[in-house]
Amino acid sequence: MRLELIKRPQQSPLFSALSPFLALGLTLIAGAIMFLALGKNPFSALYFFFIDPLLEVWSLHELAVKAAPLILIGVGLSICYLSNNWNIGAEGQFIVGAIAGSILPILFPAFQSWIVLPLMLLMGIAGGAAYGAVPAVLKARFGTNEILTSLMLVYVAQLFLDWLVRGPWRNPEGFNFPETRNFHSYAILPEMLPASGRAHWGFAFAIIAAILLWFMLARTLKGFEVKVIGQSPRAGRFAGFSRTRMIIFAFLVSGGLAGLAGISEVSGAIGQLRPSISPGYGFTAIIVAFLGRLNPLGIIAAGLVLALSYLGGEAAQISIGVTDKVARAFQGMLLFFVLACDTLIHYRIRLVKPAPALAAAPANERVEKHA
Amino acid sequence: MVMGTNDKGGENAAYSQMGGVVKTTLTDDSGLLLDVRGLTKVFGSLKACDAVDLTIGRGEIHALLGENGAGKSTFVKMLFGALEPAAGTILWKGNPVAISSPGEARRLGIGMVFQHFSLFDALTAAENIMLSLEDGAQINTVAERARKVSEAYGLPLDPYAHVGDLSVGERQRIEIVRCLLQNPELIILDEPTSVLTPQEADKLFETLETLRSEGRSILYISHRLEEVKRMCDRATVLRHGRVVAQCDPRQETASSLARMMVGDEVKGVERGARGGDKGNALLEVRRLSSRAAHPFAVELSDITLSVRAGEILGIAGVAGNGQGEFFEAISGEVLQEDADVVRIRGQSAGRLDITGRRLLGAGFVPEERLGHAAAPLLPLSQNLLLSRYSTDAAAFLAPLGFIRYGAIARAAKRIVDAMDVRKSTEDPEATALSGGNLQKFVIGRELDRRPGLMVVDQPTWGVDAGAAARIRQALIDLAKEGAAVLVISQDLDELFEICDAIAVMHKGRLSAPLPIAEATYEKVGLLMGGAHAGDPQARTEEMA
Repeated sequence: MRLELIKRPQQSPLFSALSPFLALGLTLIAGAIMFLALGKNPFSALYFFFIDPLLEVWSLHELAVKAAPLILIGVGLSICYLSNNWNIGAEGQFIVGAIAGSILPILFPAFQSWIVLPLMLLMGIAGGAAYGAVPAVLKARFGTNEILTSLMLVYVAQLFLDWLVRGPWRNPEGFNFPETRNFHSYAILPEMLPASGRAHWGFAFAIIAAILLWFMLARTLKGFEVKVIGQSPRAGRFAGFSRTRMIIFAFLVSGGLAGLAGISEVSGAIGQLRPSISPGYGFTAIIVAFLGRLNPLGIIAAGLVLALSYLGGEAAQISIGVTDKVARAFQGMLLFFVLACDTLIHYRIRLVKPAPALAAAPANERVEKHA
Repeated sequence: MVMGTNDKGGENAAYSQMGGVVKTTLTDDSGLLLDVRGLTKVFGSLKACDAVDLTIGRGEIHALLGENGAGKSTFVKMLFGALEPAAGTILWKGNPVAISSPGEARRLGIGMVFQHFSLFDALTAAENIMLSLEDGAQINTVAERARKVSEAYGLPLDPYAHVGDLSVGERQRIEIVRCLLQNPELIILDEPTSVLTPQEADKLFETLETLRSEGRSILYISHRLEEVKRMCDRATVLRHGRVVAQCDPRQETASSLARMMVGDEVKGVERGARGGDKGNALLEVRRLSSRAAHPFAVELSDITLSVRAGEILGIAGVAGNGQGEFFEAISGEVLQEDADVVRIRGQSAGRLDITGRRLLGAGFVPEERLGHAAAPLLPLSQNLLLSRYSTDAAAFLAPLGFIRYGAIARAAKRIVDAMDVRKSTEDPEATALSGGNLQKFVIGRELDRRPGLMVVDQPTWGVDAGAAARIRQALIDLAKEGAAVLVISQDLDELFEICDAIAVMHKGRLSAPLPIAEATYEKVGLLMGGAHAGDPQARTEEMA
């Protein structure tokens, strides 16, 4: 017995639209089963995981803090994926953006002016974009596989950050802890509503970026170019669009946005560099991009959902005493179900029994032929 | 030409030596092999097949005729198990069957040779055949069986040749041999001669005669009416998904068959008076050569031609002789090293990309409609933008590159009306259109901007008679208005119908153009087979 996927001649538009919601529903069911297996009451566990974090204002702020980098990175990735460029290295671009943006407050702490923050943001964008350009140039010039190169560069970036904060950038007044000096007040990305919670302007950047990219994709010639090249490189060439320039463009945009996410996270939420500055935002954003169906507005919603899974993981540790790895399990299940729903919308499953039983008659005939 | 009947005895002896390959139940009874009743398929609001009845007897060659979008492909896909019928029954040898997959169809004894081949270039013929067999035979056994079948049916084939090195005709032979190895009783052929030279097509007809004489049945899909009249015992004509006629094609004329297909008389193409005096050369190509970009590409060598205003130059040739490479070099999808190699309207264009050449007034229509001329999942209106965003930037784009959707929708509607493009919704995705209708659209897209130079690769490939006539007329009208038109085509009838001169491309070289008054099918056919213009004699002997 084996399974075969058969392409459906027509896809249901209804189920294509429902797919993300189906995936969410299936994730909740699977999550309930998981909690049951852990010996917890699945209903109260799901409540603490997905509902409780939404009931307090400060907690909503936390949601925005977590959603900001996911949305920023996710919308950038949507440009990449729509144009058929598989950037898996947003985590690395996020880290390099954070490092590049932190140069001013760490190396020049005496330079204090209102201009510091805008410069930091620009340097963060430039850093992320430059790091994204590496796999882009390799792909455009030498035809390397960008999935491998961009992913491998993530580990380079992580180790480089680790070395910086333990070595040259370690805070001289920091009792040898592996962290840089704290950013001065001109280098801090302010909170949007300081009275009620921690959400910084990074979330506003994310919403603005999503709306701008939505306009670009839906309304402009550049967005048209992205879609044409992604769907059919030959049609793109016939239109006179350059595939090489598109590779560079897509990686620069997504790298730049990941870099902006990185410097916003560091200057908005953390306030210094540490050996680890991201709980895997760059990878989780891949889920965000697909759950949002590569549509920047959908990605805003998807980013909030995935941010909730991070918050829920933290909340569940405290209130029901399970490990925060549960959050990772939820994210994994969500991606699995999104991809599974999409696959089953395009294909149906057929069971194939072992060949001899079904093909008995023709098989005999062939035996005769050989004889 | 078809071999004399006296050869048949010897050939039949050869089949009987082949053991089980032709062993069938042919002698059982004289009942119908296939009896299809009320077969229906619905896509959304469109009835692609509406209660289609069709019967095929043993040893019959049955033609399935119809315009593009008439439901032919949908019908055979249901017979071959690639689509599931919404209603209707299929009786196979008198028993109702449900054909749920191509594998199931093959087990019943239905084989199919597709219009677009499904072969891997990098594998040998035998390896490709082995992939489709389900019995896990060794490669040597498969090669031996393939060789035997190919010899018995007059389909010469080297099982160890790489598919990438073979001509289209040879690739088709692999497909047919692969199909015959399944020992089918019904063989479905989808537009088989559209890729062959006249001489190759004649060889195919001999093979079909042999298959018929063994009692196998053939369902033959074609839009070439002369061929159908010559080969087929009966014909079923589809229009808009319904059977409109069943007839004996030998009793009909080509124009009466065409009338059944389109519902009224197909208008012949009007050439009008051809002035002897043409204008300036609008396209000049001088000593164009290119290296092969990949192992299966064809090198172009030393191609020189010019097309003047008001002239239609045809380039004949069997597919895969460099036409695709030539088109890309002219269109600017591939640049030349020397800017003077290609000149458009007197300007050096060799270093300009396709956008730059369009801005000089050239329009291009490549061979492949989906995935080259059009992006499959974008709506028609946006596919209009694909080739026109630079030439019509003032009309279609607002500042900052914003797209004027209203303007492109109106322009798309204008083209749809002008070319009579039939579609099921207001602005469907390109992939939702039938091949002929999409072709009308991509040609109309260029005509709509009145290009000074039009380069078209295979303008009516797989397009029905009505649409083809419309496209050819449009090209002639364009030339009359003073444009230069370059038509690359494998369809000789088409080239003879519309061109002022015909050149032949063979292995990346281009013959000198033959003025239409001097060109004959035989001369062109021999050049297509590789003879030099000077000595057709040598080639004739080789073929005999």
